Amino acid sequence: MEITVNGEQVTLEKNSGTVAGLLQTLGYIGETFAVALNGDFVARATYGETPLNDGDSLDIVAPVVGG
Amino acid sequence: MDQLKLYGKAFDSRLLIGTALYPSPAIMRESVAASGAQIITLSLRRQSPEQQQGKMIWDYIQESGCQLLPNTAGCKTPKEAIALAEMSREIFHTDWLKLEVIGDDYNLQPDPYGLVESARELVRRGFKVLPYCTDDLLVCRKLLDVGCEVLMPWGAPIGTGQGLMNKYNLRTLRERLPNIPLIIDAGIGAPSQATEAMEMGFDAVLLNTAVAKAQNPVLMAEAFKLAVASGRAARTAGLMLKRQTASPSTPTLDMPFWQQAPVAGAGEEL
Repeated sequence: MEITVNGEQVTLEKNSGTVAGLLQTLGYIGETFAVALNGDFVARATYGETPLNDGDSLDIVAPVVGG
Repeated sequence: MDQLKLYGKAFDSRLLIGTALYPSPAIMRESVAASGAQIITLSLRRQSPEQQQGKMIWDYIQESGCQLLPNTAGCKTPKEAIALAEMSREIFHTDWLKLEVIGDDYNLQPDPYGLVESARELVRRGFKVLPYCTDDLLVCRKLLDVGCEVLMPWGAPIGTGQGLMNKYNLRTLRERLPNIPLIIDAGIGAPSQATEAMEMGFDAVLLNTAVAKAQNPVLMAEAFKLAVASGRAARTAGLMLKRQTASPSTPTLDMPFWQQAPVAGAGEEL
């Protein structure tokens, strides 16, 4: 299954999985990031029940300086 | 006490400051402290787990004690702005939002249509929206209609340092929206421009580049702090009216030598 994470292609062995599973695989820990799936916000409480599908695009963001 | 009141919160400082573009994180921290600002802007960007900037900012947030004002900088559509707003609320634990929906890459001009549409939805979702907007009265009214309680019209395009480009429009906003908190956001390049905005009756000033890109950001932060306070005091005190002709400030009564020869060119024959 091909997923785009922050603009880069990621190939997953399994053909199913959740946002929570992918975040764990990629090494995102703690609470200083937030997620959007295909441009829509995914609340932290729902990571475990949000399925991923082939071709999905995930954005994972963290705080930065800003004006 | 003359406090700035925004969405039910009161602030002693009328200077809001950005956290970007400083030479180093240490200078950013020092500058924000020197500015006296109680509201700081920040943002969200894509990040991989090994990048540490997120943690650096996070640590700073914990210690700053400031009201956080996350922005949606770079968003061009309501969909993008709304998604980023939701992500900001979750991470920063605040429903305050500096809403930016940009319609033009060249001068980073706010898209008034996308801005109003985004603001309507975000207010519905419980956000306290502070929109970065143009100085158009009707756009500002629409933003108020959809539930914004504060407006942040631009002084000039972001990062230009041009000051207050359209004073007629800005004065119009102040006169026609006398009870709405209005914050000049973007385009301020010098403390004198911030003072001018405050003298015109704006409630506060938000800036970033003018401090961050100064040769001495910490000192410039202090300069802006003083400038904003000075302009506010002047507005409160009430400026004198401008006049076309001179009027002596020193008493004319009992002027000695008053029979002296008139000055050449003063309209009298010599």
